[in-house]
Amino acid sequence: MMAIFIDILSWVLLITGGAFGVIGGIGLLRFPDFYTRLHASGITDTLCAVLIVFGLMLQSGLSLLTLKMVLILLFLLFTTPTATHALARAAVLDGLEPKLADQPQASPSEEEPPSKP
Amino acid sequence: MNTVLVATTLAIFLTMALALVRALRGPTIYDRIVAVNVFGTKTVLAVALITYVTGHADLIDVALVYALINFIAIVTVLKLVKTRDLAAEGSEDPR
Amino acid sequence: MRYVISLGLLLVLLWLALSGVYKPVIFFLGAGSVILVVWLSVRMDVVGVEHNPVLFSWRLAAYWLWLLGQLVKSNLHVSKLVFQIDKVRPRLLTVPVPHQAAVSKVTYGNSVTLTPGTVTLRLTRDRLEAHALDEESARDLEAGHMARKISWLERQAEGES
Repeated sequence: MMAIFIDILSWVLLITGGAFGVIGGIGLLRFPDFYTRLHASGITDTLCAVLIVFGLMLQSGLSLLTLKMVLILLFLLFTTPTATHALARAAVLDGLEPKLADQPQASPSEEEPPSKP
Repeated sequence: MNTVLVATTLAIFLTMALALVRALRGPTIYDRIVAVNVFGTKTVLAVALITYVTGHADLIDVALVYALINFIAIVTVLKLVKTRDLAAEGSEDPR
Repeated sequence: MRYVISLGLLLVLLWLALSGVYKPVIFFLGAGSVILVVWLSVRMDVVGVEHNPVLFSWRLAAYWLWLLGQLVKSNLHVSKLVFQIDKVRPRLLTVPVPHQAAVSKVTYGNSVTLTPGTVTLRLTRDRLEAHALDEESARDLEAGHMARKISWLERQAEGES
């Protein structure tokens, strides 16, 4: 009984994860400019990965495989925001202007002298 | 059980295909790098799924290493595109 | 020195978890790799407060659970926007960063990037510039729930060390 319940839960997680991946892919194609596409890639990198990894973890139970899946999830969740930020920062420094809904004069401060954070 | 895994793998492949379309369309170099980044993280998930479909537990190490290499590759490509020199010291955003 | 030892212990645990093969020769190779990585880290001058085990308190787990909830919420919101493309109203915003420690600032910046709908464009000593997909995501960030959660996390780390 319990095993069937866990199996069904893991299927639901896997299928929704795959669905979010496809939605993110569609967003990657549909969003109008580079900065908005970063948000679409965010969907596929976060929720899709989290759901699929949780679903797979339920399939294997407590084992070395599950531990490795946890590590994969941790690596992904730590590295993807860093990569996304590096991309966005590089694009800003390169002078790529984001398309904005209003106040088109507001641009990120790429001309400021670098300050030490 | 296997059908669900295979269906999810196919969904991941579809996402990778969509990312490839974006990588081909561009228009800026940064759009292409975002698409390649998505492609890379989806490769990790696809390899993890294939591990469970085939039952070869050793394959998971490939996914683990790919997750790390993908990040380094994206940052390296970004630096190469920006500075045309991998040995250049970063001048902006000092620590 | 304390941080070097805790980094070494962390790496040994990671190696034991990843290896799965426990034979004497492999153990020597593992010990060698751990020593090599610790030596490289010391040489790169990156060993620091991030390797302090005190940071891994129960509050961190609570923060991750809360962040997972936020992730689901913002993902559903952005997924809705994918199918209503005309509702996308990108805008830039600047929010203050109230935290002292560098780790907290980086955690804030990464958490903002991790939740779809907002991407950190620039993180300086006291403020954070972000790109938001629409008005709702922007207002969520400006409300400052996330900054308060990280302040709460920071207090715990200070209280125990």
